[in-house]
Amino acid sequence: MFDAIDFSLLALSSPGWGGALLAGFLRSVELAAGGYLLGLVIGLLGASAKLYGGRVLRDFAEIYTLLIRAVPELVLMLLFYYVGTDLLNKLMGAMGREGIDIDGLSAGILVIGLVQGGYATEVIRGAIRAVPPGQIEAAQAFGMSPLKVLRRVTLPAMTPHALPGMANLWMIATKDTALLAVIGFSELTLVTKQAAAATREYFLFFIAAGLLYLALTLISNLGLRWLERRARRGLPAAA
Amino acid sequence: MNDATPAVEIRDLHKHFGRLEVLKGISLTARPGDVVAVIGGSGSGKSTMLRCINMLETPSAGEIAIHGEAYAMRRTRGGLEPADRKQLQRIRAQLGMVFQNFNLWPHRTVLGNVIEVPVQVLGMPRDEAVARARQVLDRVGLAEKEDAYPAHMSGGQQQRCAIARVLAVEPLAMLFDEPTSALDPELVGEVLNVIRDLAAEKRTMILVTHEMGFARDVASHVVYLKDGRIEEQGPPEQLFGDPHSPHLQQFIRSIA
Repeated sequence: MFDAIDFSLLALSSPGWGGALLAGFLRSVELAAGGYLLGLVIGLLGASAKLYGGRVLRDFAEIYTLLIRAVPELVLMLLFYYVGTDLLNKLMGAMGREGIDIDGLSAGILVIGLVQGGYATEVIRGAIRAVPPGQIEAAQAFGMSPLKVLRRVTLPAMTPHALPGMANLWMIATKDTALLAVIGFSELTLVTKQAAAATREYFLFFIAAGLLYLALTLISNLGLRWLERRARRGLPAAA
Repeated sequence: MNDATPAVEIRDLHKHFGRLEVLKGISLTARPGDVVAVIGGSGSGKSTMLRCINMLETPSAGEIAIHGEAYAMRRTRGGLEPADRKQLQRIRAQLGMVFQNFNLWPHRTVLGNVIEVPVQVLGMPRDEAVARARQVLDRVGLAEKEDAYPAHMSGGQQQRCAIARVLAVEPLAMLFDEPTSALDPELVGEVLNVIRDLAAEKRTMILVTHEMGFARDVASHVVYLKDGRIEEQGPPEQLFGDPHSPHLQQFIRSIA
């Protein structure tokens, strides 16, 4: 069966599927990066709510992380996508506006970001708690405002503790984009499936897609290692 | 404000944690140039008292004034809390604290630690802050170390860096919370020497310490705390030479 593989099917222009595959790959990276960044923002807010918020905020963050971590991601994505857009349209309707069409990219980023945010909240909360309180106390004792303490001391000091967990989340984000194929996003997995079905070359296309995911991971690893080295400047070498 | 205005004034300070009463009414005045040493056994409340001066601990009752300005406080269920955040930050920026565990910021270099407060809190231009930081680092003997990170230095060097960080803000009063207690014995001397020099310059300081010989040498006034009260105070010669309180006599014997 291997001798019959027609690599010309990977050509960038039609009838090759290479171009479509790369476009799907780019879409996957966009979804992952957008969702990850949104998750990071939600995580910072969620961790702050849990650590410094009043009762209402704390409970809200608690329920959010509980639900996100309890329900399978695929179910969450289906839920957010279908129920979320439905609710939004009903809401707009109630306000007397026309239903809006959220474009696919934003919707996908929102869905991944909401899932990532639940996990990021916990990673960042743990990292902040790992900062020795004395460092924060010293900043307060010198008259820093709470916001400045957060920006100048708490966040940079917690970063090395958060990075391993956040690096994991990035890897998960890149792979979670594949789940969006179920909803019909033209990301790498769906495009691969279409190409494979159209040409009956399942082996060729899924191997190609696998290699693209792998390449993304390897490149990410380089970046993450650099980030971690930078963030750990000034810390004693890991024991 | 003239020189007669106390740098730090504490009036009838009380502090309790839950049902445990740690401070039971302390009044203390440090005039400019005073070096006040606070001694006492563990659990006597001396660190708590020091931490009330810059509101790292909020008093349950009583009043604290820095250079004549009393903290604006409001009542809460359990005691008091600072009522004016702007005032709190302004007063805190005039007090420098040296901690037992240094509490340097590990993600910044020695120079970064020393210029942080002048630049970020006092709004000093960076160049000026760096120039001043180099002066104070030179004073504490760390001129060569400005690019080092705290974790790569000895405890004595870290504590000297923490003292430089305080000197850089030109504080009205310096607060030392057992500055040598976390150090290996051979590193205590280098830190005490720096503090001794500062005391000789008539910088106002309040020093919580276990180093009795040092307290006797540098302090202009010694306060003995016992169970949350000032049991005896006076010039060091009197307190160490002729203590009246039996507890203090026993305390001095147990240390020596």
